[in-house]
Amino acid sequence: MSNFQLSYKTYGDSAILIEWSSEISEIILNDILNFKSKIEKELELKDCIVGYNSILLVYDFVLINSIEKIAFLKELYQHKSFIEKKKIAHWEIPVCYDKQFGIDLDEISKTIKISTQEIIQLHTETIYTVYFIGFLPGFLYLGGLNEQIIIPRKATPRLHVPKGAVAIGGNQTGVYPNQSSGGWNIIGNSPISFFEVQNQHPCFAKAGDKITFKSVSFEEFNYIKNQVKGKNYQLQKI
Amino acid sequence: MITVLNSGIYSSIQDLGRSGFAHIGVPVSGVMDSYATKIGNQLLHNSLEEAVIEITFGGCKFLFEKGLQICLTGANFTPTIDGEKVSMNSVLDVKKGSVLSFGKKIFGVRTYLSILGGISSEVVLNSKSFYKGITTSFVLKKGDQIKINSTTSENKKTLSKIKIEEHNFTAKCINCCKGPEFELLSKTEQELLIETQFTISNDNNRVGYRLKEVFKNQLKPILTSGVLPGTVQLTPSGELIILMRDCQVTGGYPRVLQLTEEAINILAQKTTKDKIQFELK
Repeated sequence: MSNFQLSYKTYGDSAILIEWSSEISEIILNDILNFKSKIEKELELKDCIVGYNSILLVYDFVLINSIEKIAFLKELYQHKSFIEKKKIAHWEIPVCYDKQFGIDLDEISKTIKISTQEIIQLHTETIYTVYFIGFLPGFLYLGGLNEQIIIPRKATPRLHVPKGAVAIGGNQTGVYPNQSSGGWNIIGNSPISFFEVQNQHPCFAKAGDKITFKSVSFEEFNYIKNQVKGKNYQLQKI
Repeated sequence: MITVLNSGIYSSIQDLGRSGFAHIGVPVSGVMDSYATKIGNQLLHNSLEEAVIEITFGGCKFLFEKGLQICLTGANFTPTIDGEKVSMNSVLDVKKGSVLSFGKKIFGVRTYLSILGGISSEVVLNSKSFYKGITTSFVLKKGDQIKINSTTSENKKTLSKIKIEEHNFTAKCINCCKGPEFELLSKTEQELLIETQFTISNDNNRVGYRLKEVFKNQLKPILTSGVLPGTVQLTPSGELIILMRDCQVTGGYPRVLQLTEEAINILAQKTTKDKIQFELK
């Protein structure tokens, strides 16, 4: 722990970017989250943005002596302080892979020569890791997609991807928390809400959490959707 | 109360934005030109964080349902109250029943209407700034009624004003720092980026400004990482995108430059076909 070679760069006049080596790995993710906890305990920041291999620290003022700030961070990284590990939750996300939602399933199946049933199985049997949340409010960047179902993004993005669309883009998979444009291949739809602004925690998941997808029928999808609407749905933790 | 009689092309309520929610993917938002906003609030002795109405390209009409003190800052679109021309960057007394409208563009893009006492509107995640999916409305519409915090007559301000140099709106120079991937460009590319005069394309809005010129480069996409308003991204196809206040919190394109806060404000007053040139601080 805390023995990666990190790079520290100033980012504009009021932010510092800390970078790990350029790879996606859970060991790096855990180191990032540990360091982030230490930093947030010590510093009052305007914001702290986590990426696959980086933390961007946004200060509330222009950094006049960034060298001093970086030296402080370097020392803090090496400092062996006890950090209370954040509880990792494992969420089970219902997804309906019915063809009316999974509009790209047939095409993917043809391209990678794997039946749609198998694609669904490969997508649901994996435990994914939430690396961070970005792109849209409540959009989880998930790692762990089975190599057999890696599919390049569509050449031309769709202008309207519906809310809840479950999709694959390259080696990533995710759920669109709201209607937006998007270039990923759509394989299903989830009835649950990934971002509810009026909730105390607008997004239930956090970086470091685990996710699995559970295939549900169209009837179950509608039932859950209604429960979500009436705020009676309790997301399953594993 | 202020009633929107005509909402123009794009008007919204904005303050200095919502920070601290990047971990759930929420953009900062907030006024595009924070300098102009602060002048208005300062002249009215409001808190500098007070929400204002951001008006794009004038064209709006507002009816004042009660007497108020207001201030107009930023872009000059020949504002009039009941047909009488009024000055920018001045505290204005507005009588009950009068109508504020805008006319011909003199300079700039975004005008700010600040009101003594401030706007009383929905606060979501510590901010009043409109953003689709976060606040109930994301743009002002005809018929909307904007509530104003009540103030006592002692709070009334003398009719102070300040003079703003028009130069702030016409200068081409955009100050910036090197972005984290700047050094990955070749020396020639680095020089070219600084020496070229770029043109703003017609794809410019609160999310970002795309530039017209194609900047050929060999940079590879990066692992998705944090971005900020003012980050200049360079795509593999050579497109330069300057992110603005409503930008996403993370991105995967190399970040070649980072604008200063002042430069973001200057850019916020520019539009399609305007020329800019980056200058390294």
